[in-house]
Amino acid sequence: MSSTMEVQLIAIVVAAACALPGVFLVLRRMAMMSDAISHTVLLGIVLGYFVTRDLASPLLFVGAVATGVLTVSLVEMLTRTNLIKEDAAIGLVFPVLFSIAVILISRYAGNVHLDTDAVLLGELAFAPFDRITWGWLDLPRALLIGSITLVLNLLLIVLLYKELKLATFDVGLAATLGFSPVLVHYGLMTVVSITAVGAFDAVGSILVVALMVAPPAAAYLLTDRLSRMLGLSVVIAVLSAVLGYWFARWFNVAIAGSMAMMTGVAFLLAFLFAPARGIVALGVRRSRQRWEFAQQMLTLHLLNHEGTAEADDECSRNHLSHHLRWQPRFAATVIRLAEQGGLIQCDGMRLMLTDQGRRLAQEASLR
Amino acid sequence: MQPALAITDLTVAYHDKPVLWDVDLEVPASTLMAIVGPNGAGKTTLIKAALGLVRPAAGQTLFYGRPYREQRRLVGYVPQRGSVDWDFPTSVLDVVMMGRYGSLGWFRRPGKAERQHALAALEKVRMADFATRQISQLSGGQQQRVFLARALVQDAQIYFMDEPFQGVDAVTERAIIDLLRDLRANGKTVIVVHHDLQTVPEYFDQVCLINVRRIASGPVAEVFTEANLRATYGGRIAFLGHAEDDEATPSRTEGMLKGVAD
Repeated sequence: MSSTMEVQLIAIVVAAACALPGVFLVLRRMAMMSDAISHTVLLGIVLGYFVTRDLASPLLFVGAVATGVLTVSLVEMLTRTNLIKEDAAIGLVFPVLFSIAVILISRYAGNVHLDTDAVLLGELAFAPFDRITWGWLDLPRALLIGSITLVLNLLLIVLLYKELKLATFDVGLAATLGFSPVLVHYGLMTVVSITAVGAFDAVGSILVVALMVAPPAAAYLLTDRLSRMLGLSVVIAVLSAVLGYWFARWFNVAIAGSMAMMTGVAFLLAFLFAPARGIVALGVRRSRQRWEFAQQMLTLHLLNHEGTAEADDECSRNHLSHHLRWQPRFAATVIRLAEQGGLIQCDGMRLMLTDQGRRLAQEASLR
Repeated sequence: MQPALAITDLTVAYHDKPVLWDVDLEVPASTLMAIVGPNGAGKTTLIKAALGLVRPAAGQTLFYGRPYREQRRLVGYVPQRGSVDWDFPTSVLDVVMMGRYGSLGWFRRPGKAERQHALAALEKVRMADFATRQISQLSGGQQQRVFLARALVQDAQIYFMDEPFQGVDAVTERAIIDLLRDLRANGKTVIVVHHDLQTVPEYFDQVCLINVRRIASGPVAEVFTEANLRATYGGRIAFLGHAEDDEATPSRTEGMLKGVAD
């Protein structure tokens, strides 16, 4: 397998692995927790290294996951005092834990392969050089770890789909039905920590956050079913990863940075062009509603004055803008649309309702 | 007959501030009971403590003589409509099926039987046409009926409903009350946090008046009196023409109630 291929494969499995738990983070309004966890796991790695003096020890992984979960419980403890809101609590806890890690690295581990730039941005391009050989198996370490994380996350979501959905949608019902929301919550946070640790070695913590938040947020705009949101998140994350990789290759820029940017682009596209909820669709709907409503107003106005003495004046093309206080150009457009739609007929200056227009006016008057 | 629900000496406190103070409550089986009281009286807390969602400082709750942990299956819960995120990406049918999750247990996924169950419940609350709708498209009354359908599929013996009439239209209110009577006719017990004092005598046969302490509870005809309402709401309630008759009967009380300043 070429290293180009391997880097892309690593990016793909890591992207998919991050997007899955990210869906639940976004739905639980805990997106910022991914930011906190993906940084504080570094402290666990550093402390694990001081204990074992071995960067390959599995204890580092355990320590990292533990600090991830610790971050969550510290944030919750602070929030529960009611002295601080959750967002501020996150902003307090994670820089403290992260900076302790940074200080420890700079003071005691300056000569070890643990540097802070790599933590933030990862070093995906070099990932294929760090390999694991095991019998006939010869894989980049990051690919193996990423794949294991992905399988774990998939398994969890397949097995506990209903529990995760219930505990996310309705905590109270989950608790009364005997599905401990606390257990589900900490289970999810453990998985987020594992994913963050597994991923950030390869892609860095910024990309972990981008992959956990942006694809689910984009998918949320594109569908209204949880299962499809999960699927779409994975697709968007994987596409962003691959496109980001090629973008980085073509322009000779940082891979993780390009991938993170692509997740942003994907979100922006969904934000603008999502079929039902995108800004464009919303704008089109609003504008259509505005014109339709104006036509209804027009028909109602004509109906109210139909057959009355002042009908000639009230229903005249020229006086319409005066009576309804409409801009002449707006009035002209409404009249044209109403005429095209068969709601009114124009007899010289005089505007008259058609049967269809009368029906619409009568319906409108009931609202 | 054994009461459906027996609460004894229940105290819930927030630090040193009691939210519920030594409350005793017995609810006979096959009745509709309203829990009424002013805002902050602890009505929702009473339900949450009974269901173990809030840890009480003292007291116990028994469902047909046994604690909640052992009787989970017998208890259905309809939380306040505003307690969930209605923009959640899911369908009406899916939400109703959640009521079956308890009997499925961990790991097992809902299947055809659960779908049928949920559809039948939606039929009962006249929401079958909405089964595949995204829940954010529902009106307040429709949301409430979906929650009721979800409680129905739980197939419980005792139901707790937190303000099911809150902000619903007249049609939904009728639908809900018909449903409650249906449940009672089938031997179920329903305990409802209720706000509209006017409708208490018409809708319910038992009432519990609380304001941190339990003021009174029992059959509406005996307990829903002006004196008890005054004790519950203090000066914040207006009665019309009570000079005529001091021994207000419940039906008169209904006519005399002008409203409660919440």
